[in-house]
Amino acid sequence: MELFNNLIFGFGVALTWQNLWFCFIGCFLGTLIGVLPGIGPLATIAMLLPITFNLSPIPALIMLAGIYYGAQYGGSTTAILVNLPGETAAVVTCIDGYQMARQGRAGPALAIAAIGSFFAGTVCTLIIALFGPPLAEVALKFGAPEYFSLMLMGLVAAAVLAGDNMIKSLAMVVVGLLLGIVGTDVNSGMARYSFGVAELTDGIGFIVIAVGVFAIGEIVQNLGDPEERKLVSSKITGLMPTLEDLKMSFWPIVRGTGIGAFLGVLPGTGPAIASFSSYMVEKKMAKDPSRFGKGAIEGVAGPESANNADAQCKFIPTLTLGIPASAVMALMLGALTIQGIAPGPQVMTQKPDLFWGLIASMWVGNLMLVLLNLPMVGMWVQLLRVPYRMLFPAIMAFSCIGVYSVNNSAYEVYLTALFGVIGFMWMKLEMPPAPMLLGFVLGPLMEENLRRALLISRGDPTVFFTRPISLGFMIATVLIVIVMVLPGIRARRAQISEPSSSGTA
Amino acid sequence: MKFDWRNNRDFWAGVVYIALGAAGMWMARDYPFGSALRMGPGYFPMVLGGLMIAFGIAVLLMGIANKEQIKPGVSWRALVVLPLATFVFGWVMEEWGFIPAMALLIPLSAASGNEFKWGEVILLTVGLTVICTGVFIYGLGLPYPLVKGFWG
Repeated sequence: MELFNNLIFGFGVALTWQNLWFCFIGCFLGTLIGVLPGIGPLATIAMLLPITFNLSPIPALIMLAGIYYGAQYGGSTTAILVNLPGETAAVVTCIDGYQMARQGRAGPALAIAAIGSFFAGTVCTLIIALFGPPLAEVALKFGAPEYFSLMLMGLVAAAVLAGDNMIKSLAMVVVGLLLGIVGTDVNSGMARYSFGVAELTDGIGFIVIAVGVFAIGEIVQNLGDPEERKLVSSKITGLMPTLEDLKMSFWPIVRGTGIGAFLGVLPGTGPAIASFSSYMVEKKMAKDPSRFGKGAIEGVAGPESANNADAQCKFIPTLTLGIPASAVMALMLGALTIQGIAPGPQVMTQKPDLFWGLIASMWVGNLMLVLLNLPMVGMWVQLLRVPYRMLFPAIMAFSCIGVYSVNNSAYEVYLTALFGVIGFMWMKLEMPPAPMLLGFVLGPLMEENLRRALLISRGDPTVFFTRPISLGFMIATVLIVIVMVLPGIRARRAQISEPSSSGTA
Repeated sequence: MKFDWRNNRDFWAGVVYIALGAAGMWMARDYPFGSALRMGPGYFPMVLGGLMIAFGIAVLLMGIANKEQIKPGVSWRALVVLPLATFVFGWVMEEWGFIPAMALLIPLSAASGNEFKWGEVILLTVGLTVICTGVFIYGLGLPYPLVKGFWG
């Protein structure tokens, strides 16, 4: 029972007072900020990352993970209570969750969201523990060509699946790759794209980009788009769902978990895709689909489980392969690197306490979220009364201190301001910034592996297609693109032939 | 609808991509290119720059075809003041210390918003400065002088 031993070992790490404390702080901060609209998990983590720099790697990672699922979870609370999705994945929860709240059933909706998330969290903890080690073992056999193909697949998948416009997403990946080049070339020692500035020879810090684009750029965007925020006061009476509610939610939770876990492993599929898929499935399977949109509890249970499962399974490729499956995971990898740990399959063997401790802490964190959130729901709602004009200066303060503290460098703060402007321009032109962050983190690794692969093969580029695993990744990459392009073509044809309204030719 | 390049979302997105790609290639023109076998530091930038330009052209054409407009609503004030506040924070942090930096950053940030109430902003500034000093300087032990030369 190696799995069992590993988990016990992990819980031994996670259940120390120190780690429990940081897990709690992470969940608390994550929920706190997740509840606030206008700042998503990505900005939250970027902003709070520097707080963890002084910690040792294990508590730092545990806290960051806590912030991550806390932020996810906080988003659904506001979705249910005030019809405001704190982050994109919670949009689906708004549909039926808010309707339930209006019917005076906010309590059961919140409770079922918590139960579903907890169930999904538990299952995914087991999935990671089960599939992590064999996956890492395979990954240890990867050479440079395999890594290059894998990263290519990850980037393409992330770009293609995440955004609504494939070409612009792919182009953003390339922007990220180009930004990743800035700095000293490892092989030749040559400074590239440094504009003769000494600070740039170390490359651009990813905190600089993340905070600049996702915190400052986002605030500029929000201030230009003054959206009215209505606070619907809803009293929460009785948290407990009825037996009927539980019965109706059971299978949606199980299906949602399955959908989320499956999509979670794929790079690029954000939790929003998982919750949407789950919602569609539940609506299709329901005996009376007309209840959906009018407060069907399945419409909360399924998507909430799915988005939590997705969020957690995103850790699988990140921890075992060192390939981030989403922009948030790219930040996690960045945090690992800052802690002096090279991400990749060797983490599990070289730092078993980190690996298993983190996995165990995910389960602990999920439990904490339930205990933390249900009784404190009233307090979280109060937070929504804080107007945005008081919130964003606070976000600015945390962001600026955060960036400055990375290298005690005013220079990086200036660069962050610049990326704020650039980020705003990207958002305005609807150039999706998330794929850029992935490209940025993976860029240097990709170049390194490309060079190494071609060196091994004596300059023969077919090396990516003659080694079976690498070929597999390449085929998968092409398939992903084809699958995503096909509906696009169909949709365009439909658009063109719209006037005839006789369907597509 | 007529094609209007001035407000065309993807036209400008394409222009940005092309400019980035061209700048990337131009700056990398002197980096040794090397060969596929032994790639020089110029190889990857050149390839990426080319790819960037290709994507840029595609996006630009897309813009001409779909005629999507840039969504209205830009706060020019925020776009100028917020980065400026960030910049001021960095500079003051180096020159005068943590408390002056916070005391300038917060009202300046607040000034980028659509509503500015003096009383509220003063309270916010004092409150946040106290909280951040507590959390970052005393709590996390960041080694910054509170007021350079006088305190900390």
